[in-house]
Amino acid sequence: MKARVHVSLKPGVLDPQGKTVGDTLSRLGFSEVGEVRVGKIIELELEDGLEPSHAEARVKDMCEKLLANTVIEKYEIELA
Amino acid sequence: MKSAVIVFPGSNCDRDAQTALRKASGQEPNMVWHKDASIPDGTDIVMVPGGFSYGDHLRCGAMAGNSPIISALKAHADRGGYILGVCNGFQILTETGLLPGALMRNASLHFVCKQQTLIVNNANTAYTDKYKSGEKISIPIAHHDGNYFADEHTLDTLEGEGRVPFKYDGNPNGSARDIAGITSKNGRVLGMMPHPERAIGGHEGGTDGLAMFESLMQSISVNA
Repeated sequence: MKARVHVSLKPGVLDPQGKTVGDTLSRLGFSEVGEVRVGKIIELELEDGLEPSHAEARVKDMCEKLLANTVIEKYEIELA
Repeated sequence: MKSAVIVFPGSNCDRDAQTALRKASGQEPNMVWHKDASIPDGTDIVMVPGGFSYGDHLRCGAMAGNSPIISALKAHADRGGYILGVCNGFQILTETGLLPGALMRNASLHFVCKQQTLIVNNANTAYTDKYKSGEKISIPIAHHDGNYFADEHTLDTLEGEGRVPFKYDGNPNGSARDIAGITSKNGRVLGMMPHPERAIGGHEGGTDGLAMFESLMQSISVNA
Protein backbone atom coordinates (compact mmCIF):
# COMPACT_ATOMS: atom_id res chain seq x y z
CA MET A 1 0.00 0.00 0.00
CA LYS A 2 1.14 3.50 -0.80
CA ALA A 3 0.26 6.79 0.82
CA ARG A 4 0.80 10.07 -0.91
CA VAL A 5 0.86 13.15 1.33
CA HIS A 6 0.43 16.59 -0.21
CA VAL A 7 1.86 19.33 2.00
CA SER A 8 1.23 22.96 1.11
CA LEU A 9 1.13 26.35 2.78
CA LYS A 10 -2.18 27.28 4.35
CA PRO A 11 -4.29 29.89 2.56
CA GLY A 12 -3.25 33.36 3.69
CA VAL A 13 0.37 32.35 4.35
CA LEU A 14 2.58 34.23 1.90
CA ASP A 15 4.39 31.91 -0.51
CA PRO A 16 7.38 33.81 -1.93
CA GLN A 17 8.44 30.80 -3.97
CA GLY A 18 4.99 30.49 -5.55
CA LYS A 19 4.98 34.21 -6.29
CA THR A 20 8.35 33.99 -8.05
CA VAL A 21 7.20 31.02 -10.13
CA GLY A 22 4.01 32.93 -11.03
CA ASP A 23 5.97 36.05 -12.02
CA THR A 24 8.26 34.00 -14.25
CA LEU A 25 5.35 32.15 -15.89
CA SER A 26 3.70 35.44 -16.76
CA ARG A 27 7.01 36.74 -18.12
CA LEU A 28 7.12 33.63 -20.32
CA GLY A 29 3.77 34.61 -21.79
CA PHE A 30 1.45 32.39 -19.72
CA SER A 31 -0.89 35.26 -19.05
CA GLU A 32 -3.73 32.97 -17.95
CA VAL A 33 -1.88 32.12 -14.71
CA GLY A 34 -3.11 33.74 -11.51
CA GLU A 35 -1.78 32.93 -8.08
CA VAL A 36 0.75 30.06 -7.84
CA ARG A 37 1.35 28.02 -4.68
CA VAL A 38 4.28 25.61 -4.35
CA GLY A 39 3.97 22.56 -2.12
CA LYS A 40 5.54 19.15 -1.81
CA ILE A 41 4.50 15.54 -2.21
CA ILE A 42 5.76 12.85 0.15
CA GLU A 43 5.27 9.23 -0.95
CA LEU A 44 5.25 6.54 1.70
CA GLU A 45 5.45 2.79 1.10
CA LEU A 46 3.30 1.12 3.74
CA GLU A 47 3.02 -2.55 4.74
CA ASP A 48 0.59 -4.49 2.57
CA GLY A 49 -2.70 -5.56 4.05
CA LEU A 50 -3.24 -2.58 6.34
CA GLU A 51 -6.82 -1.63 7.03
CA PRO A 52 -7.26 1.65 5.05
CA SER A 53 -8.85 3.56 7.93
CA HIS A 54 -6.04 2.44 10.25
CA ALA A 55 -3.42 3.38 7.64
CA GLU A 56 -4.99 6.80 7.19
CA ALA A 57 -5.02 7.41 10.95
CA ARG A 58 -1.33 6.43 11.19
CA VAL A 59 -0.33 8.70 8.29
CA LYS A 60 -2.33 11.55 9.84
CA ASP A 61 -0.32 11.05 13.02
CA MET A 62 2.91 11.18 10.97
CA CYS A 63 1.76 14.45 9.40
CA GLU A 64 0.98 16.01 12.78
CA LYS A 65 4.28 14.86 14.33
CA LEU A 66 6.73 15.41 11.48
CA LEU A 67 5.62 15.67 7.87
CA ALA A 68 3.82 19.02 8.12
CA ASN A 69 4.25 22.06 10.33
CA THR A 70 0.60 22.79 11.00
CA VAL A 71 1.37 26.35 12.06
CA ILE A 72 1.91 27.21 8.40
CA GLU A 73 1.10 24.09 6.39
CA LYS A 74 -1.95 21.96 5.58
CA TYR A 75 -1.83 18.39 4.34
CA GLU A 76 -3.96 15.96 2.36
CA ILE A 77 -3.58 12.19 2.44
CA GLU A 78 -4.22 9.94 -0.53
CA LEU A 79 -4.06 6.15 -0.20
CA ALA A 80 -3.40 3.96 -3.25
CA MET B 1 26.58 28.80 36.50
CA LYS B 2 26.30 25.63 34.48
CA SER B 3 25.69 25.70 30.75
CA ALA B 4 25.25 23.22 27.93
CA VAL B 5 25.25 23.35 24.14
CA ILE B 6 23.31 20.77 22.13
CA VAL B 7 25.15 19.53 19.05
CA PHE B 8 23.19 18.11 16.11
CA PRO B 9 24.62 16.64 12.91
CA GLY B 10 25.00 19.78 10.79
CA SER B 11 25.27 22.27 13.66
CA ASN B 12 27.97 24.79 12.78
CA CYS B 13 27.64 27.49 15.46
CA ASP B 14 28.10 25.11 18.41
CA ARG B 15 31.72 26.18 18.92
CA ASP B 16 30.77 29.87 18.79
CA ALA B 17 28.07 29.16 21.39
CA GLN B 18 30.60 27.31 23.54
CA THR B 19 33.07 30.21 23.33
CA ALA B 20 30.42 32.80 24.22
CA LEU B 21 29.11 30.83 27.20
CA ARG B 22 32.65 30.14 28.44
CA LYS B 23 33.52 33.83 28.18
CA ALA B 24 30.32 34.99 29.90
CA SER B 25 30.23 32.39 32.68
CA GLY B 26 33.93 31.68 33.23
CA GLN B 27 33.09 27.97 33.20
CA GLU B 28 33.38 25.30 30.55
CA PRO B 29 30.01 24.48 28.89
CA ASN B 30 28.97 20.83 28.49
CA MET B 31 28.66 19.81 24.87
CA VAL B 32 25.63 17.49 24.63
CA TRP B 33 25.19 15.22 21.58
CA HIS B 34 21.64 15.15 20.18
CA LYS B 35 21.39 11.38 20.74
CA ASP B 36 22.09 11.74 24.45
CA ALA B 37 19.08 11.10 26.64
CA SER B 38 19.81 13.74 29.26
CA ILE B 39 21.17 17.19 29.95
CA PRO B 40 23.63 17.28 32.90
CA ASP B 41 21.91 17.84 36.26
CA GLY B 42 21.95 21.41 37.50
CA THR B 43 22.28 22.96 34.04
CA ASP B 44 21.06 26.58 34.13
CA ILE B 45 21.17 27.50 30.46
CA VAL B 46 21.02 25.32 27.35
CA MET B 47 22.00 26.80 24.00
CA VAL B 48 20.52 25.36 20.82
CA PRO B 49 23.02 26.55 18.22
CA GLY B 50 22.77 27.63 14.60
CA GLY B 51 23.66 25.58 11.55
CA PHE B 52 21.89 23.24 9.19
CA SER B 53 20.81 20.35 11.40
CA TYR B 54 20.04 17.26 9.31
CA GLY B 55 20.78 19.28 6.18
CA ASP B 56 17.52 21.24 6.67
CA HIS B 57 15.72 18.24 5.16
CA LEU B 58 11.91 18.51 4.96
CA ARG B 59 11.87 21.83 6.91
CA CYS B 60 14.55 23.65 8.88
CA GLY B 61 14.61 22.14 12.36
CA ALA B 62 12.00 19.45 11.65
CA MET B 63 14.28 16.46 12.29
CA ALA B 64 16.20 18.08 15.13
CA GLY B 65 12.87 18.95 16.76
CA ASN B 66 12.25 15.21 17.08
CA SER B 67 15.77 14.22 18.24
CA PRO B 68 16.21 12.02 21.34
CA ILE B 69 17.56 14.97 23.38
CA ILE B 70 14.38 17.04 22.84
CA SER B 71 12.38 15.42 25.66
CA ALA B 72 15.18 16.37 28.07
CA LEU B 73 15.15 19.90 26.63
CA LYS B 74 11.39 20.15 27.20
CA ALA B 75 11.81 18.88 30.76
CA HIS B 76 14.49 21.55 31.30
CA ALA B 77 12.01 24.20 30.07
CA ASP B 78 9.28 22.79 32.34
CA ARG B 79 11.63 23.14 35.32
CA GLY B 80 11.99 26.84 34.49
CA GLY B 81 15.42 26.41 32.91
CA TYR B 82 16.83 28.95 30.46
CA ILE B 83 17.10 28.05 26.77
CA LEU B 84 18.66 30.21 24.06
CA GLY B 85 18.04 29.15 20.46
CA VAL B 86 19.90 31.06 17.78
CA CYS B 87 19.15 30.85 14.04
CA ASN B 88 18.64 27.12 13.35
CA GLY B 89 18.21 26.86 17.13
CA PHE B 90 15.23 29.27 16.89
CA GLN B 91 13.77 27.18 14.06
CA ILE B 92 14.18 24.05 16.21
CA LEU B 93 12.47 25.69 19.21
CA THR B 94 9.43 26.59 17.09
CA GLU B 95 9.35 23.06 15.65
CA THR B 96 9.28 21.59 19.17
CA GLY B 97 6.49 23.94 20.22
CA LEU B 98 8.63 25.53 22.95
CA LEU B 99 8.10 28.82 21.11
CA PRO B 100 5.06 29.77 18.98
CA GLY B 101 5.04 30.47 15.24
CA ALA B 102 7.32 29.28 12.46
CA LEU B 103 10.29 30.47 10.39
CA MET B 104 9.63 30.53 6.68
CA ARG B 105 11.80 31.11 3.58
CA ASN B 106 13.05 34.72 3.42
CA ALA B 107 10.62 36.87 1.44
CA SER B 108 13.44 37.74 -1.00
CA LEU B 109 14.19 34.01 -1.43
CA HIS B 110 17.86 34.96 -0.94
CA PHE B 111 20.24 33.81 1.77
CA VAL B 112 21.15 36.94 3.76
CA CYS B 113 24.54 37.21 5.46
CA LYS B 114 25.47 40.62 6.89
CA GLN B 115 25.68 42.84 9.95
CA GLN B 116 22.12 43.75 10.91
CA THR B 117 20.89 46.61 13.05
CA LEU B 118 18.43 45.50 15.72
CA ILE B 119 16.25 47.62 17.99
CA VAL B 120 16.04 46.50 21.59
CA ASN B 121 12.25 46.43 21.75
CA ASN B 122 12.02 45.40 25.40
CA ALA B 123 14.99 45.79 27.75
CA ASN B 124 13.01 44.34 30.61
CA THR B 125 13.73 40.65 29.92
CA ALA B 126 16.20 38.12 31.29
CA TYR B 127 18.24 38.51 28.10
CA THR B 128 18.16 42.27 27.57
CA ASP B 129 18.46 43.84 31.01
CA LYS B 130 21.86 45.38 30.20
CA TYR B 131 20.52 47.19 27.14
CA LYS B 132 18.15 50.15 27.02
CA SER B 133 14.73 49.91 25.34
CA GLY B 134 14.98 51.57 21.93
CA GLU B 135 18.76 51.09 21.78
CA LYS B 136 20.15 50.12 18.37
CA ILE B 137 22.69 47.32 18.27
CA SER B 138 24.57 45.59 15.46
CA ILE B 139 24.50 41.77 15.34
CA PRO B 140 25.36 39.45 12.42
CA ILE B 141 22.65 37.51 10.60
CA ALA B 142 23.14 34.56 8.23
CA HIS B 143 20.04 32.65 7.17
CA HIS B 144 17.76 31.55 4.36
CA ASP B 145 14.67 30.84 6.46
CA GLY B 146 14.28 33.63 8.98
CA ASN B 147 10.91 34.98 7.97
CA TYR B 148 8.97 34.82 11.24
CA PHE B 149 5.32 33.90 10.88
CA ALA B 150 2.55 33.60 13.44
CA ASP B 151 -1.17 34.33 13.28
CA GLU B 152 -2.34 37.83 14.23
CA HIS B 153 -3.64 36.72 17.61
CA THR B 154 -0.28 35.16 18.53
CA LEU B 155 1.57 38.28 17.35
CA ASP B 156 -0.71 40.49 19.46
CA THR B 157 -0.13 38.24 22.47
CA LEU B 158 3.66 38.27 22.03
CA GLU B 159 3.76 42.05 21.74
CA GLY B 160 1.20 42.60 24.49
CA GLU B 161 3.13 40.43 26.95
CA GLY B 162 6.51 42.06 26.20
CA ARG B 163 7.82 38.89 24.60
CA VAL B 164 9.55 40.56 21.63
CA PRO B 165 12.98 41.63 22.93
CA PHE B 166 14.46 42.36 19.50
CA LYS B 167 13.10 43.82 16.27
CA TYR B 168 14.91 44.47 12.98
CA ASP B 169 15.74 48.02 11.97
CA GLY B 170 15.15 47.49 8.24
CA ASN B 171 13.47 44.11 7.79
CA PRO B 172 15.91 41.71 6.04
CA ASN B 173 13.64 38.69 5.60
CA GLY B 174 9.95 39.62 5.66
CA SER B 175 9.35 38.73 9.32
CA ALA B 176 5.94 39.67 10.68
CA ARG B 177 6.09 43.00 12.54
CA ASP B 178 9.91 43.10 12.06
CA ILE B 179 10.30 40.46 14.79
CA ALA B 180 13.89 39.23 15.23
CA GLY B 181 13.40 37.25 18.44
CA ILE B 182 10.70 36.12 20.88
CA THR B 183 10.55 34.67 24.37
CA SER B 184 8.38 32.07 26.07
CA LYS B 185 5.62 33.13 28.44
CA ASN B 186 7.94 32.81 31.46
CA GLY B 187 10.62 34.81 29.61
CA ARG B 188 13.31 32.15 30.01
CA VAL B 189 13.27 30.64 26.53
CA LEU B 190 14.53 33.00 23.81
CA GLY B 191 14.66 32.26 20.11
CA MET B 192 16.27 34.72 17.70
CA MET B 193 17.61 34.64 14.14
CA PRO B 194 20.58 37.06 14.67
CA HIS B 195 23.81 35.65 16.15
CA PRO B 196 24.79 37.38 19.42
CA GLU B 197 27.41 34.66 20.02
CA ARG B 198 29.27 36.02 16.98
CA ALA B 199 29.36 39.53 18.47
CA ILE B 200 31.29 39.09 21.70
CA GLY B 201 34.55 40.76 20.79
CA GLY B 202 36.21 38.14 18.64
CA HIS B 203 37.48 38.70 15.13
CA GLU B 204 34.06 39.35 13.65
CA GLY B 205 30.64 40.76 14.45
CA GLY B 206 31.60 43.49 16.95
CA THR B 207 30.80 43.41 20.65
CA ASP B 208 27.10 44.24 20.83
CA GLY B 209 26.11 40.67 21.72
CA LEU B 210 28.11 40.66 24.95
CA ALA B 211 25.47 42.54 26.96
CA MET B 212 22.96 39.81 26.10
CA PHE B 213 25.12 37.12 27.67
CA GLU B 214 25.88 39.40 30.64
CA SER B 215 22.14 40.02 31.14
CA LEU B 216 21.53 36.29 31.04
CA MET B 217 24.28 35.52 33.57
CA GLN B 218 22.88 38.15 35.92
CA SER B 219 19.32 36.79 35.60
CA ILE B 220 20.53 33.27 36.32
CA SER B 221 22.52 34.33 39.39
CA VAL B 222 19.62 36.40 40.76
CA ASN B 223 17.12 33.58 40.23
CA ALA B 224 19.38 30.68 41.26
